[in-house]
This record gives sequence, C-alpha cells and structure tokens, in this order.
Amino acid sequence: MEEALTLVVATLAATLRVATPLVLCAMGGLFSEKSGIIDVGLEGKMLMAAFFAAATASLTGSAWAGVGAAILAAEMLALLHGFACITHRGNQVVSGIAINILAMGLTVVLGTAWFGRGGQTPPLAGTERLNPIFFPVAGDNILVYAALLSVPFAWWVIERTRFGLRLRAVGEVPLAVEAAGISVSWLRYRAVLICGLLAGLAGAYLSIAQNAGFSRDMTAGQGFIALAAIIFGRWRPVPAFGACLAFGLLDAIAIRLQGVKLPGVGEVPVQLIQALPYLLTLFLLAGFIGRTVAPKAAGVPYEKEH
Amino acid sequence: MSASRPPLPGWVEIGLLPLANIAMAFLVVGLIVKLIGVDPFHALKLLVLGAVGSSESIGYTLYYATNFIFTGLAVAVAFHAGLFNIGGEGQAYIGGLGCGLAVLALDGILPGLLMIPLAILASAAFGAAWAAIPAWMQAWRGSHIVITTIMFNFVASALMVYLMVNVLIAPGSMTPQSRGFAASAAVPSMQATLQWVGIAVAPSALNLSLLLALLACVGVWIFLWHTPWGYGLRTLGHNPEAALYAGTNLKRTTLLAMCLSGALAGGVAVNELLGVHHRLVLDFAAGYGFTGIAVALMGRGHPLGIVLAALLFGALQQGGAELNFEIPKITREMVVVIQGLVILFSGALVHLPRPWLQALFARKG
Repeated sequence: MEEALTLVVATLAATLRVATPLVLCAMGGLFSEKSGIIDVGLEGKMLMAAFFAAATASLTGSAWAGVGAAILAAEMLALLHGFACITHRGNQVVSGIAINILAMGLTVVLGTAWFGRGGQTPPLAGTERLNPIFFPVAGDNILVYAALLSVPFAWWVIERTRFGLRLRAVGEVPLAVEAAGISVSWLRYRAVLICGLLAGLAGAYLSIAQNAGFSRDMTAGQGFIALAAIIFGRWRPVPAFGACLAFGLLDAIAIRLQGVKLPGVGEVPVQLIQALPYLLTLFLLAGFIGRTVAPKAAGVPYEKEH
Repeated sequence: MSASRPPLPGWVEIGLLPLANIAMAFLVVGLIVKLIGVDPFHALKLLVLGAVGSSESIGYTLYYATNFIFTGLAVAVAFHAGLFNIGGEGQAYIGGLGCGLAVLALDGILPGLLMIPLAILASAAFGAAWAAIPAWMQAWRGSHIVITTIMFNFVASALMVYLMVNVLIAPGSMTPQSRGFAASAAVPSMQATLQWVGIAVAPSALNLSLLLALLACVGVWIFLWHTPWGYGLRTLGHNPEAALYAGTNLKRTTLLAMCLSGALAGGVAVNELLGVHHRLVLDFAAGYGFTGIAVALMGRGHPLGIVLAALLFGALQQGGAELNFEIPKITREMVVVIQGLVILFSGALVHLPRPWLQALFARKG
C-alpha cells in the first residue's frame, strides 16, 4: 500500500516536472494567439533561452543571471517576430518557422564556438542551477511555482482586466479596437513580449533547473506540444493548463512503461505514448472530440485604415 | 495586402528584391562569423572552394541540391494553392517507408527496369497519402494545415522509429536498419553513368535521381501554368472566392495540391534510399523538409528559381562541411543558421527592402 502511494506521489511529481515548461510556454503562447499573432516559434524561443541561460550561468556562476539572459534572449526573438509580423505584416507562420530554424542552428554554432563541446555547455552545479526549495526529491524549484502561478495570472489578465478585454478584442476584430482609438500594434507587441517572457522562463527551466546544462535540440518538440495544449484548451488558460498536465502525465507514464508488459495488451510501444499528444490533438482538430475555435483574426496581418 | 503599395518595375520585383533579401541574410551571417572570431571572407573562400573546388565536391553539391529541389517543389506547389505545407519532412520519411516496403517485398523477383519505377511510384504514393490526411482535415474538417502538418512530422518520426526498431530491422542487426536492397533496386550513380559514356569524374553520392528532380521541375511548371488543374490550384491560392465562382472544387483542389506536394517530397526517399543508402534507414530525411521552405521562398515558387536556390543550398551544405573540416570553430549548423535567416528575410520580412527600392524605382502613378 505504501509502495503504491510512493509510486503515485513520484508519478505526480514527475508529471509536474515535465509539465512546467509546457505550462509556461502554453500560457505565453496564449497571450500571443489571443492578440491574433500565431506563434509557431515557441520552440525556437525556448531553445534559444535555454542556451543563453546555461551559457550565462556557466560563465557567471549565477543561476539568476542565467534566468535574466534567458528572458533577454527570448524577448529578442519575440521582438523579431513582432517586427516581422506586426510592423511589416509578414507571414506569421513563416516568421515562426524562421525563428525555430535560426535557434536550432545558432545555439549549436555559438555553443561550439564558445565552449567547444559539440554544442553543449559545460555541466552546471551548485549556485549555477535553480535548486529545489522545499522537497529536494520532487525538484520543486522556483520556476515550477512560477509555472503554477502563470495560470491564474493568465486567467486574471485575459478574463478580468481591461488590457485582457482589449487583447481578446484585437484577436477577434482588430478594426473595432482601432476604431475605439486603441493602437492594434502596441497591444499586439505587448502580447508578444509577455509571450517572450514566459517562453524565456520555460527555456531557463530546461537548461538550469530540470537539467544541468544545455544540449543541442533539448526542447525536442515541447514548444509544439505547448501549442497543441493551447488548441486542446480551446485558447483558454485553465483548460490549456489541464492539457499540459495531461501531456506531462503521459510522458511520466511513458518513462515508467518502458519495457513493461501490461496484462491483456502486451508491451505498449514507447513511441505510441510519445506520439499520443500529437495524435490526440489531431483527433481534436479533425473534429472528433468537439470543435475548437481559434481567435478569428489569428494569422491575419492588420493593415491600418487610412 | 500589397494593394496600397505602388508597383515596382518587373525586373526589380523578380530580380532585385529577392537579391536584396538574400543579401541581408548573408550580411547577418557574415556578422555572426565575425562574432565567432573568423574572417568572413576567408570563410567564404573556403566554403566556395569546398562546394565547387573538385569534381567530387561538385558531385556532393548536386546530390544535396537534388533533395532540395524535391522538397522545394513540394513546398511551392502547396504554396501556390495557398497552403503552407510544413510536413515535407514527414512526407519524405513516409515516402521512404513506401519505397522500402516495395523494394523489400519485390527486389528478389523484379528486374531493375520494373523495380525502380515501382519504388519511385511507391515513394510518391506514400508521401502523397501522408499529405492527404492533413489536406482532408483542412478541406473537410476545417483544421489548420500548418498545425496538422507539424504534428504529422512528429507522428511520422515516432511511427518510423517503431517500425524500424521492431518490424523492419534486418535480422541480427544491432542498428535499426533494414536488410540491403538488391542491386536491381539501385539508381545508378552519376559517376558510373558518366564513365559509361567515357567521362571520368570522382565518385560521390550523386546519382541519376537528379534527372528525376529536373524532370519533376518541368512537370510542375507544365502542370501549374499550362493545365486547367494547375490554373484552378493557383486561383485557389490567389482568391478562393474567385476560384469557387469560376467553378473550381475547392476541397478537391486542396487535396490535389497536398497530394502532389507530398508525392514530390517522396522524391527525397528515391535519392537517399535507392541512390545512396540502398537500405531503409532512420532519419534519412532529417532537415530536408525545412530547407525546402527556404528553397521555395528564395526561388519565389517557380521551378527555375527553385533549381537555383537548391543549387545554392546544396553548395552551402557541401561547402559548410568542408569549412567545418578546415575551421572546426564553424560547425555545419552554420548552414542551418543561414536557412533560418533566408526564411526570415525572403519570407517573413520579404517587404523590408521594398520602401528603399520604391524610392529608387517606383513608377510615377
């Protein structure tokens, strides 16, 4: 009995550990998408942030400097995305893809040039990492709590503040917002910047909290899983959080199920469980699990009326 | 979108604007190389030498370009229909599954003259089928093709790992790869072919798949600009309402565009599996799908432009490897950075230099 309880607690802790970057990314992406800016570049922002967090922490010996660098790196890419999509009305998906590929290459190029370890940063220890606060076994570092707080924060800002109301409006009918005398561009830039902040924290979590250093392509598609969680949550913070936890749980279970034979089913392929978040999202998108409705103006550049 | 922008002369629009975009991308690359502490011009010299300095390096440049022509065409065909197919990677990968299954089942009984065309068809068919699902989801169920094709890349990767590790692995093999294909399923190498007509070149990965890629370029050009289906496809991309009014079946045209796109991506499998590896291996399509986006954007969606862009990226890929050999500080991933920047400047920021060019060349209205 006690053994079962330990297993449950351990699985829950593992779920939270895996879900933390997903939650941060999903909440960030939510702000961006609510304002009408599609963000396929979450993955790239997170990767770049992870690299700069580990590189800075390694050079300065301070995890907090790492967090700062991560936010800065993600914000630079967020501004680039804003510059391309808001200022120059470029294709949002193309810009996001460009950011992903750029981050994929640049992290390895800079990492190799600076550290000469095939794209990895030196291993981090002690104060170079964000360490657990209360429960060393569970790995409850400060960013886990930041992720948990980001959900009520996102809900409150989007649903309960004037800024949130305008944000939702600009993602549905930007013309109406402009007509009310509010700048569409400035609103969207703020949304994109909030997204950068949260994606930056997610990246820092990966390289200086969950792991002890940066390794190439360490985001491994988590930015896209966060995107899937947003869709699954129908562009609402709390359901999106639920989707992140569910995907995290799947991952935690996948690790436990490796090589285990289930009665009646046999061995469940690990690849199936790994692909499950994507498969579930695809089923959802195909309309088999109810309809999802994206913000109406998402992906449409706004041309100011003259 | 461009309605409010005054028009530029044709040669500026087709020639100068894309060049300005590429120039900006390479300017940034030069700055990054400088930042790393290497003289950009020295690096450029080594890169060019590594890409076209010998008949072997030219062979490898053209071999990489073959893949990029296939994926570039794949992205372009979908783009002309207003569809952003990011799934080229997965479609090429699943195309390889079709190719491998066909060869593994039949290479013992069929002669090369039948086996190779059949394997090519299987690659195209599986690639098309993998693209057909997101197309169906977009046209009939209203889900966004960008999101679905991204997800299908991950699903394709998981599926292939499972099949390679558990089902298709050669008996007794430690690495997840299939048994070798019979010689009848090999697309002849360019070196062997040229030797046959009396021209001696150094051996490389280049094979006759390049001719198939060029043939595909001509086919796409004829299809898009000289057939009613191509016309319907392009109308769908420009103005879906007009296409509907003109009697185009939007759903079926979406499906057609994506299937064609997926089939073209399947060409990567022909070049890689039938031309080089001669067995089914993991991750043979890695990176080619994304490069296809850069190639299509840079080539402005036209087969001729795509061939030129594919040659450039082929040269970068090959030259980048040589550059890394000479200067270990500059890794091969520099090519990935260049791809990202080209997609950024030729895609998302395509209109950035327009105001400057307009100030220079705008027609007086």
